[in-house]
Amino acid sequence: MADTPIPLEVRNITKRFGDTEVLKGLSLQASKGDVITLIGASGSGKSTFLRCMNLLEQPDQGDLIVHGETIRFKETKKGREPEDWKQVVNMRAKLSMVFQSFNLWAHMTLLENVIEAPVHVLGKSKQEATRHAHELLQRVGLDDRAYYYPAQMSGGQQQRGAIARALAMDPEVMLFDEPTSALDPELVGDVLKVMRDLAEEGRTMIVVTHEMAFARDVSTQVIYLHQGQVEEAGPPDQVLGNPSSERLKQFLAPKH
Amino acid sequence: MESLTTWLKNLLADNSIFTLQTLSFYGEGLANTVQLVFLSLIIGLLLAIPLAIARGSKRAWIRLPIFFYCYVFRGTPLLVQLYLIYYGVVFVEGIQDTWLWVILEEPFVPALIAFTLNTGAYTTEIFRGAIKSTPRGEIEAARAYGMSWSLMLRRIVLPSAFRRALPAYGNEVIFMLHASAIASVVTIMDLTGAARFVYARFYAPFDAFLFVAAIYLCLTFGIIYLFRHLEKRLLAHLKPASG
Repeated sequence: MADTPIPLEVRNITKRFGDTEVLKGLSLQASKGDVITLIGASGSGKSTFLRCMNLLEQPDQGDLIVHGETIRFKETKKGREPEDWKQVVNMRAKLSMVFQSFNLWAHMTLLENVIEAPVHVLGKSKQEATRHAHELLQRVGLDDRAYYYPAQMSGGQQQRGAIARALAMDPEVMLFDEPTSALDPELVGDVLKVMRDLAEEGRTMIVVTHEMAFARDVSTQVIYLHQGQVEEAGPPDQVLGNPSSERLKQFLAPKH
Repeated sequence: MESLTTWLKNLLADNSIFTLQTLSFYGEGLANTVQLVFLSLIIGLLLAIPLAIARGSKRAWIRLPIFFYCYVFRGTPLLVQLYLIYYGVVFVEGIQDTWLWVILEEPFVPALIAFTLNTGAYTTEIFRGAIKSTPRGEIEAARAYGMSWSLMLRRIVLPSAFRRALPAYGNEVIFMLHASAIASVVTIMDLTGAARFVYARFYAPFDAFLFVAAIYLCLTFGIIYLFRHLEKRLLAHLKPASG
């Protein structure tokens, strides 16, 4: 077990947009089964940090090690770029992402959305992928919606569908970018329930969220970001139950 | 078959214009129009797809020539383009000695070239707009799921863009059909050419052009029906759920 490479490790990531430095040297290590939640006010850089992990944003500095493989970068005139895009594509196939606004492919049915990447990126057979997809859709409670298009489903259904799409990749790590922020309050519960189940079955997850109850109950580690830096990190009962920094205390204080 | 021809003969005996002979002119015109429009649409479409993709390139030396091509062919009348290509090729030095002349001497090929380049320019712009309006989130999801640029183009961007472009492209097809009427000015015996011939021969403009208008209407009806069918099938994802 000790020989299994760590699913995801990031070291000293920095990122600036123009003159603003949004990430000031962030590190994170996700071991198998970890559920790491990133919390912080908007603008704290938590989403950007997450998007640096699968290179949807290019970090200016820092290392990214996925399943023991270090992503290679090269310096160009426009800044740092991955040296080998094939490596990036392979890496991304190991980290599936769930987005705030679902981002299902609108011209495909839910089932087609779920089998798309397994078939065309991983090279699975369509039959096998379809069988697996039905299983996953059943798990997220959407098998009766398999032949619906995204526009025909509610936000909560779309997001659960997007989670099924992410699961279909059999990912090393699942990245969640504020998965419940775009949902109506009454739909949040279903999505969170699916995520809790995933955490319980030992999935490695990194979750950017505003759902403090979820962070407290489910995560193995909570990281509080402030202005692109880690202000406080640790197990949830420590960080959320007994915060030491004044800012975090304020952030956690009930707002009326 | 024979009874049909006698029936037609009797019917046509009443009038002096629509004889079997003039009808065969219209028939020939129909064949020419359909051929010309169909071929130019197909070739124009094949031309437009890569151009529309390249039109969005970051590299100016790829993007600008395509912009220029679209600008010129959308910025000048099709009739002028047709004249320039039909009469202009003669002035290319030495062209009459090459094999090219054999095909360019006939009006069909210059007309086909003009129509193809024209519809190609419009279709490029239609597709470019559709590609550009691909939802950003869908592209991001494709990247996040490990799709390469070409796979993303093939599986996500183009299928999504084609669907969005369908109604506008249906318009372009109808427009091309009607624009093809000017083929007759370079002596092609298309539908309008046939009508002009009948008009000149019998001095019956009303009958001649009304009849040809009816044929265009029928063709347009067919195109509308085809595109409605396509939209129903391909744009199902935009309709709200029935159940």
